[in-house]
Amino acid sequence: MPSRLEELKDGIRKALPDLDMVLAWGQGPDSLRRKPLFIVSQADIDKIVWDPCCSPNLAGYLTGLRGKKVGIVVKGCDCRSVVELIQEKLVDRAEVTIFGLHCEGTIDPAKVRATLPGDARGAFGDCRVSDGRIRFASDTSLQNLAASDAFYDKCLHCSDPNAGFCDYFIGERGTPPPVSTAPPDALERLEAMGLEERFRFWEQAMDRCVRCYACRNACPLCVCKDHCLAQSRDPHWVDQTDHPREKLMFQVIHALHTAGRCVECGECERACPMGLPVMALKRALNRQINELFDYRAGLDPEAIPPLFTFREEEDRIGEKKWS
Amino acid sequence: MVMTEARFIEKQALPSWLASMRKHRRVLVPQRREGLTLFRPLDPGQDLDLDGLSSEPPKAALLPRDEALFAFRYRRNGDKPPRWGVELIETPPNEPTLVFGSRPCDACGFATTDRVYNAGTRRDTAYCARRDQTVVATLACSRPGPTCFCHRVGGGPDNEAGSDILVTEVAKGYLLEAVSSRGLDFMRESGLKDGAGLTAEAATVRRAARAAMPDGPSLLAAPEHVRAVFEDTAFWERTAAACLSCGACSYLCPTCYCFNITDEARGNEGLRLRSWDNCMSPQFTLEASGHNPRPGKAHRLRNRVSHKFAFYPSLHEGALACAGCGRCIVFCPASLDIREIVSQAMIQTANAEGEPRHD
Repeated sequence: MPSRLEELKDGIRKALPDLDMVLAWGQGPDSLRRKPLFIVSQADIDKIVWDPCCSPNLAGYLTGLRGKKVGIVVKGCDCRSVVELIQEKLVDRAEVTIFGLHCEGTIDPAKVRATLPGDARGAFGDCRVSDGRIRFASDTSLQNLAASDAFYDKCLHCSDPNAGFCDYFIGERGTPPPVSTAPPDALERLEAMGLEERFRFWEQAMDRCVRCYACRNACPLCVCKDHCLAQSRDPHWVDQTDHPREKLMFQVIHALHTAGRCVECGECERACPMGLPVMALKRALNRQINELFDYRAGLDPEAIPPLFTFREEEDRIGEKKWS
Repeated sequence: MVMTEARFIEKQALPSWLASMRKHRRVLVPQRREGLTLFRPLDPGQDLDLDGLSSEPPKAALLPRDEALFAFRYRRNGDKPPRWGVELIETPPNEPTLVFGSRPCDACGFATTDRVYNAGTRRDTAYCARRDQTVVATLACSRPGPTCFCHRVGGGPDNEAGSDILVTEVAKGYLLEAVSSRGLDFMRESGLKDGAGLTAEAATVRRAARAAMPDGPSLLAAPEHVRAVFEDTAFWERTAAACLSCGACSYLCPTCYCFNITDEARGNEGLRLRSWDNCMSPQFTLEASGHNPRPGKAHRLRNRVSHKFAFYPSLHEGALACAGCGRCIVFCPASLDIREIVSQAMIQTANAEGEPRHD
């Protein structure tokens, strides 16, 4: 019985002759990181890696590859990004070949290193998930961590671990990562705060922000990153002052522009070099969209995102019933 | 040249001595904040972190993320006919500072920016004002991090370039040795006790640190090879395929120093602001005409790598504009690795010696 990785490689091997390239993951600069792999030849296929360290969402590269026939390997959340891009016609369905996987959860290297300070500089061996524990060898000992101590926060409330819309599903479908106890995530912590405290939280967080725009550029939906409203001088919404006010304004702009479109893939938080919980704002808005329109992004390629259309009467708002 | 005068402080006495230095200076130290180590003004309530490499370099001590070059105010000068004049108000930087706990790679960043902003007749007045008022006390590294490669780019765990004082951790505490006359003057006024008896121990510690650096070929010969792949667009397209064109690498880099200048006004008053800019951004070379000589991420990555490993060295006697700190590798969301990029350029052009171009 071939491993899931072998099955994936086989699938790509067969499909590659009809494609311009396939996006998968390869070994990154250290033992806990994987990087996007752009496969153009059969020899590249040997470099493919599939394990819980394969966190990057490759969907963001699709919009820059219009006109090419591209294969893409996706986890559950990644797949929703691809579907959302198809819904918004930012990606042509006919140009994409989707290889879907079940994801057991993805490792946050910063969390792992914080949990294991003694091994912070060490190398980590093969990573496996079993019975809800993450096991891997470090250069000094065997590690056995709970999901909440190793995975990204977004994985701890995963609702779609299986790629929901694909051309080929590799391996068996499975369940979300089992989480026994997880500390409150950023959104839960914010909701427990009063308004003053929340404002101070963002003041402190935005003080650390260096305005690299990694959050924006990593977002699969941000196709206008080269002409971003936040960097425009006319209109002048945000200025160059290094002040939490300007930086929070950008985050608010970004959250509003992705409301109801964001699939909570977590790339914004993964990309942020300062570890800022920027997805909390997007999750809060997504929840509003879900309450108002009974809609979650990236599930149905035929669906039109609610903010992209207009109905005289929304089922949950019932405008005509207002007196 | 490390001078023979030395001072010493016990480990447990360090926090209170640093606090006492605040009487006359801003004291910037690496401190833990939400899982990161950042250079911030000393705060006794926060943990000092002198273990390992900080998340960001202390670059902002000399090149703040934003600074007002001057303030301006438009004023009505007369009524018949109506005239407006503008008043410019300059406030030169005046904040004596101690940076304590920078690493040799961070200080190499200061040496890199010195060559640009304090170069004989070309002096950036704001930068030089800060530089002249700042004492840089660099802590030598005892062991390399996973992405450290300072020794391959002309640096090392105890390199002195850019520093005023070299601090070495010894068994009982920290030995301070002056590197510059500014460092020597500071040490003489520091109130610290003599440390001459510990210089041999410190030298041994530093020797061991140099020996612990991981193997890897030198990149000092990179310039001609990086120059040679400039026209190889396929090389740069391939290399930049995963790049997101964000600014994480540039803003966390000790040797990146580019800036933007904007007038930020509210009504009749405002500031001419200098702020960090980065060449990975599409707007960096966008011209008023609309033309952009670096329209794609491959162009921009080519420029960034070539600047550090070819253009800057050609202007500064071979000095690379890369400190080997590895932060760009750690923080790149797409895992781009500048060591790999430069090595590939060296391998490719070494093989291609004598081989005609095929474009």
